[in-house]
Amino acid sequence: MVSKRIVLHFPRRLVDQPIIYKLVRDYNITFNILKASVTPQEEGLMVLELGGEDDDFKKGMEYLKSCGVKVQPLSEDVVRNETKCTDCGVCVPICPTGALEIDPITRKVSFYDTKCIACELCVKICPTKAMEVHF
Amino acid sequence: MKSIREINEKIKAGQAVVVTAEEVIELVDKKGARKAAEEVDVVTTGTFGPMCSSGAYFNIGHSKPRIKIGGGSCKLNDVPAYCGFAAVDIYLGATAIPDDDPRNKVFPGEFRYGGGHVIQELVAGKDVRLEASAHGTNCYPRRRLETYINIKDLNEAVLFNMRNCYQNYGVAVNLSDNMIYTYMGALKPSLGNANYCSAGQLSPLLKDPCYKTIGIGTRIFLGGGVGYVAWNGTQHNPGVKRRNNGTPVASAGTLAVIGDLKQMKSQWLVGTSMLGYGATLSVGIGIPIPVLNEEIIRYASVKDEEIYAQVIDYSHDYPNMTGRVLAEVNYAQLKSGRITIKEKEVPAGNLSSYSRARQIAEELKSWIARKDFLLTEAVAPLPGPESGYAFRPLKERPPVF
Repeated sequence: MVSKRIVLHFPRRLVDQPIIYKLVRDYNITFNILKASVTPQEEGLMVLELGGEDDDFKKGMEYLKSCGVKVQPLSEDVVRNETKCTDCGVCVPICPTGALEIDPITRKVSFYDTKCIACELCVKICPTKAMEVHF
Repeated sequence: MKSIREINEKIKAGQAVVVTAEEVIELVDKKGARKAAEEVDVVTTGTFGPMCSSGAYFNIGHSKPRIKIGGGSCKLNDVPAYCGFAAVDIYLGATAIPDDDPRNKVFPGEFRYGGGHVIQELVAGKDVRLEASAHGTNCYPRRRLETYINIKDLNEAVLFNMRNCYQNYGVAVNLSDNMIYTYMGALKPSLGNANYCSAGQLSPLLKDPCYKTIGIGTRIFLGGGVGYVAWNGTQHNPGVKRRNNGTPVASAGTLAVIGDLKQMKSQWLVGTSMLGYGATLSVGIGIPIPVLNEEIIRYASVKDEEIYAQVIDYSHDYPNMTGRVLAEVNYAQLKSGRITIKEKEVPAGNLSSYSRARQIAEELKSWIARKDFLLTEAVAPLPGPESGYAFRPLKERPPVF
């Protein structure tokens, strides 16, 4: 079994096609939508947690790529700009998944991108704009 | 008993014992206040957080032909600066924002760029665009000026903050059903989070709570350079209730500080944006406390567990000045990341960077150890707890027509 958080970019020509449906039906893949933004006639973006048997998962990913969907691991999307972060920690209680934590000894903030679901709450509230989105 | 002059002699001889406001806690715990007061000469403190009543003034030099910006208008990177002075003196406030910033029209506004950001860019050595207009006179004929300026070419660039370094501060929560956006950050509904803003046991005025050594003229670490305490800050309110260790239970004393911006560093003056509220400047300040006697080290060794802050509702009580306090919590509880209010466990976050406060206290300690920084006697004291000096609300007297 594999389970991965990924970002899918759908080009304009694919926005009206049932790609996720096919992914579920033909490749037996489970999905949990973490975030979706579809602008008809423009492009679509979905942040998903996908799971399935190793073989199915691999074939599913190949199917997505063959359709022209750009697949990107989620952790590449929200990044912390280390030079801008002042380690104040005001983002810590805002983060719904505990991806931002303050070390009790050093009082420095750590960002665990594997726990991040790209909700972008921290991006909006960071006083020094240190949390950045790179879609 | 030691004098500041004696401590300075030790600093010059490289023999002064300097510890941070964190280290002194452990030392006093281990050796007792009397012994520690004999050994330690200086305790260094630090704080780094958003401080809105900050700004800088500049003398930009005279153009050819001359322009009298005084009485006219002027912008730095589109951010309006105040120019009600002589010809080329201007003052830029940290919270000023461009005229075309959408503000809160699409709520919550982002306030991505303001006076604080301009100050940070100037300090970083970046060119800043100045745009000025004036009415023109016989002696100052020019009416418009558009030019890039750089801090290194300005005659003076001086950071002058009228209120910094708050001695303690309230903890903000939200009792309403909706998300609110405040100067204390975004507050989730129904006690979803609690935001505080103090370095606690490292914070300068909490370590000299009765202003026994910090006064007008005290030399300090300001924005990565050297500055001075110029006056008490605005809203200075020394008479609030205090605990036996001298620390006030609510926001009390404040400082007005001044220093040459040219020698400061952009790491310690950071442009800051509060979602739905406005732009501001995060300022780094460190103040040395000379250990003149046992009493001073007792005050300086107060720890997070012994410093309390009041929890205040920012959805109703703060905006309407009701004065209601929901709870009192100490900084050790706040720093644990969880406090209990109305029997609910609430996650807590700090707007003030403790790790940076620690870095400032360490930096100031190293300046003193390197003999680069000597202590000063205060020229005059700040209004103290018994002075009767107080912070009053506005008495509105609407004009009658």
